[in-house]
Amino acid sequence: MTGTGYPELLWLTAPEIVVALTALLVLVLDLGLLRRSALAVRFGATTLVACVGCLLALLVLLKFPAQGDLAAGMLVVNPLTQLVQIALLAIAILVLFLVNSARFTAHAGEYFALMLFATTAMMLLVSTQNLLVIFISIEFLSLSLYILTAFDKQSRQSAQAGLTYFLYGGMSAGILLFGMSLLYGLSGSLALDRIAIAVKVSPGDPLLTFAMVMVLAGFGFKIAAAPFHMWAPEVYQGAPTSSAAMVASSSKVAGFFALFVVFYVGLMPAAGSATRGHYSSGWAPLIAIVAAISMLWGNLAAIAQTSVRRLLAYSAIGHAGYMLIALVVHSRQSLIALAYYVITYALATVGAFGVLAALENEKVDSIADFRGLGKRAPGLAFCLLIFLLSLAGVPPLSGFFGKFYVFVSALDGADHGLLWMVLLALAMSVVSFYYYLKVLKQAYVFEPSAGAATIAVPATTRIAVWATAALVVLLGCFPDLLLNRIATALR
Amino acid sequence: MLAWTIYVSFLGAVAVTLASGKSPALIRMLALLTTLAGLGIAMIAVEHDRSGQLITVARAPWIPSLGIEYHLAADGISLVLVLLTGIAAVAGVLFSWNVELRIKEFFALYLALIGAVYGVFLSFDLFQLFVFYEIAIIPKYFLIAIWGSTRREYAAMKLVLYSFGGSALVLAGIVAAYVVSGERTLNLETLSHFPFPVHFQMWAFPLVFVGFAVLAGMWPFHTWAPTGHAAAPTAASMLLAGVVMKLGAYGCLRVAIMLFPRGLDAWGFHVLGFGSWQQVFALLAVIGIVYGASIALVQKDLKFVIGYSSVSHMGFVLLGLMTLNQIGLSGAVYQMFSHGIIAGLLFAVVGRMVYDRTHTRDLGELSRLPLAKLIPFAAITFVLALMASIGLPGFSGFIAELEVLIGSWHAFPWMSWIAGSGILIGIAFSWRALEATFLGEPATEPEHALPAITLPERLGAFLLLASTIALGLYPKLLMNLILPALSGPLFEQLRRGDWR
Repeated sequence: MTGTGYPELLWLTAPEIVVALTALLVLVLDLGLLRRSALAVRFGATTLVACVGCLLALLVLLKFPAQGDLAAGMLVVNPLTQLVQIALLAIAILVLFLVNSARFTAHAGEYFALMLFATTAMMLLVSTQNLLVIFISIEFLSLSLYILTAFDKQSRQSAQAGLTYFLYGGMSAGILLFGMSLLYGLSGSLALDRIAIAVKVSPGDPLLTFAMVMVLAGFGFKIAAAPFHMWAPEVYQGAPTSSAAMVASSSKVAGFFALFVVFYVGLMPAAGSATRGHYSSGWAPLIAIVAAISMLWGNLAAIAQTSVRRLLAYSAIGHAGYMLIALVVHSRQSLIALAYYVITYALATVGAFGVLAALENEKVDSIADFRGLGKRAPGLAFCLLIFLLSLAGVPPLSGFFGKFYVFVSALDGADHGLLWMVLLALAMSVVSFYYYLKVLKQAYVFEPSAGAATIAVPATTRIAVWATAALVVLLGCFPDLLLNRIATALR
Repeated sequence: MLAWTIYVSFLGAVAVTLASGKSPALIRMLALLTTLAGLGIAMIAVEHDRSGQLITVARAPWIPSLGIEYHLAADGISLVLVLLTGIAAVAGVLFSWNVELRIKEFFALYLALIGAVYGVFLSFDLFQLFVFYEIAIIPKYFLIAIWGSTRREYAAMKLVLYSFGGSALVLAGIVAAYVVSGERTLNLETLSHFPFPVHFQMWAFPLVFVGFAVLAGMWPFHTWAPTGHAAAPTAASMLLAGVVMKLGAYGCLRVAIMLFPRGLDAWGFHVLGFGSWQQVFALLAVIGIVYGASIALVQKDLKFVIGYSSVSHMGFVLLGLMTLNQIGLSGAVYQMFSHGIIAGLLFAVVGRMVYDRTHTRDLGELSRLPLAKLIPFAAITFVLALMASIGLPGFSGFIAELEVLIGSWHAFPWMSWIAGSGILIGIAFSWRALEATFLGEPATEPEHALPAITLPERLGAFLLLASTIALGLYPKLLMNLILPALSGPLFEQLRRGDWR
């Protein structure tokens, strides 16, 4: 513990620092130097700077991979956290590309700065094993996302979504903090490994169970798992598209990773088991219930949606359920599966929102608005096809392999005790085909309504969407590209 | 070389997409050439490999960390079905010569479907097989939803949800097999030798079998088939009934029966008189035979008649599979081929020759038209197709159904009686359909001539008729491939030494 100095701290947090500095630079640039420039110039310049900053952070991560554990888990940097950070930055860059196609605000600098701040918060969230830092990072992230959600000041919906998000978020933060304080009280420490030692002594403590429920509820909000999902449809629908893309993708990646770390590192001895025949109380059955509810409610409620964004929100809830299966299993393999799943899921979601962003000026919201998209914007429609089919889990797209691997990890070792979860997940993924196809049907089966012109897609959006589609296909056809990296990082 | 059936089809799909949309003739020719290339390769492969033994076509690591390979191989059964796919694909293009609406997309999806079907038949890695199996579903949806007729969106969605539902069961079985074997491989050859625990096979077998049988039209999961067939455009109905239903039957044989043969053993207790999955599924197959034929007997829509007859004929495939003896299994494979050709022919007559000209499929309305005079070629083709369909000697259907019946006679005699009665009902509905369409005494004189039967239609009809007659007269052609495959090492666990 001794000898931890600022040089090491700076060295380990170099990528975060780069992103945070970029955020400040963006602010200075937009509010100071370019104040009198045209809006397009300001948007262009800030996008450029923000992307360069993210790329720089990526470069730092790839070229100078530091490793270390600072102040008893306050800051843990290892290959796995770096891999997740790389994914977060890559997704951030894709999201930044999407902003350009919409002109809902004149405050370019603030918007981009907030996006970068949110990214910084996510990067911090994944590289810690200390409850305090986890909480602070989550708050940092959430505050940025609240503002991003409510950023469209002309839109009532955006304000309403922001407020909803804020109210739910505030409450769940309180619950999370309560759970964490109980954990602290039980173990006398905020470090997850210390908590694990204390939990090992009395895994059946009722207070511990209470604390676990609270923590799970708090995280359940972050990852939009039912029954803590209420905010999601509102936010997905009301927020500016690029904000929604961030909420739906990278914040999910970070949230799931942190959730896994808390339960896997900190509460492992109290895991219990949800496998049929070997049931024992703990957080695994608890999460199994949340997973089952999420899968059921997310997929069934999605059927009734008429707005594509709300549909994506409910499908996200369903996907959270699939991913939680990996947490119920909590093996090394399932961690790999979860990492693969959440990253590829985030990519497909960013892509889907990218398509929505490209259509933002068309005021596309309901499924019927997609009518004839295959004719009006063939490239965009094709990408949408890829994203939705990947979300539905059609091979050879990455969404399929993610599911496959989660199921393999769920059935491996546990004597098929988790078969019920796998079958439920499979049944629900069949349901999901229905609503994804409903959107694709509008896009491809129907001819555009009379008078609907072809849609011009901004170049940056087109690049981002096509790149995402290529990644989704590539990682689906060759999952080892990502799997091997995750597996090596875990070693 | 066989691998090129897949590649050529997908490349053809890409080529059609890239081709200029202004010349439909070019696109049609491209599609025809692609399917002809596929058929040519299939025929060369059949000619080349007369042993029916397993030959590896291509093999490379795909996802090494999971032991999943890209592995194409073919034994006699695969070859037979690849050949069927080739013939059906060419015929389908010939009967789609009049498609004008969004022609590029039509043929691109069509060729993608063909490519995926080849892929399923040639895959010897379960993961890969599943990937192709699912890829085949998406084009089906769009083919029906865009170019279909009666209640096309409903039918397309129904078909897709049934397909995905079935494949979800299959996926569960595949994942379980992967995990239980613990060999970190999904190679069919390796797994076919792996002694899965009997209690595992007991639940894995019905899971996978039902999953695949959904697509094979097993009663009571058949309802997607008639609506789907009726709604689909002609070429898609031909492929659906001709090839896609075979995907399901092939999966039942190749995956469920080959990997989990002990799942068919006696349970050791009786529920409602059933003592094993073999009996349960045999009964479902027989119900399918009789039920499909009976419903076909009372349909008013000609396409529904053919659609339900497909359910009935696929019942023979499933019954043959459940006999678990050599003659029954080979009959099942033969029936897959035979029905693929005959169903294609029937849908071609009904969908293309009749419906596209008269714009009605209602038996009542058709009986008032003097169709036999207007389009005699269609009449002759239809008569021959129905003769093949009801299993007259000289046509492939006869050999197939006879073998299945003999096989089932060994396994469960009383079911053969019921299945045999299904054939009689089959004769009845065929006669009814024939009478209403071509043999009736029309009250009215022809008001106006219908467009003449075109050359592509004639060629397609000749191709299919020649195939069914050739195989009816000379069954050895395919039996030489099927029998060695069934006697090969892949089915050793099923035989357990010798055929029952």
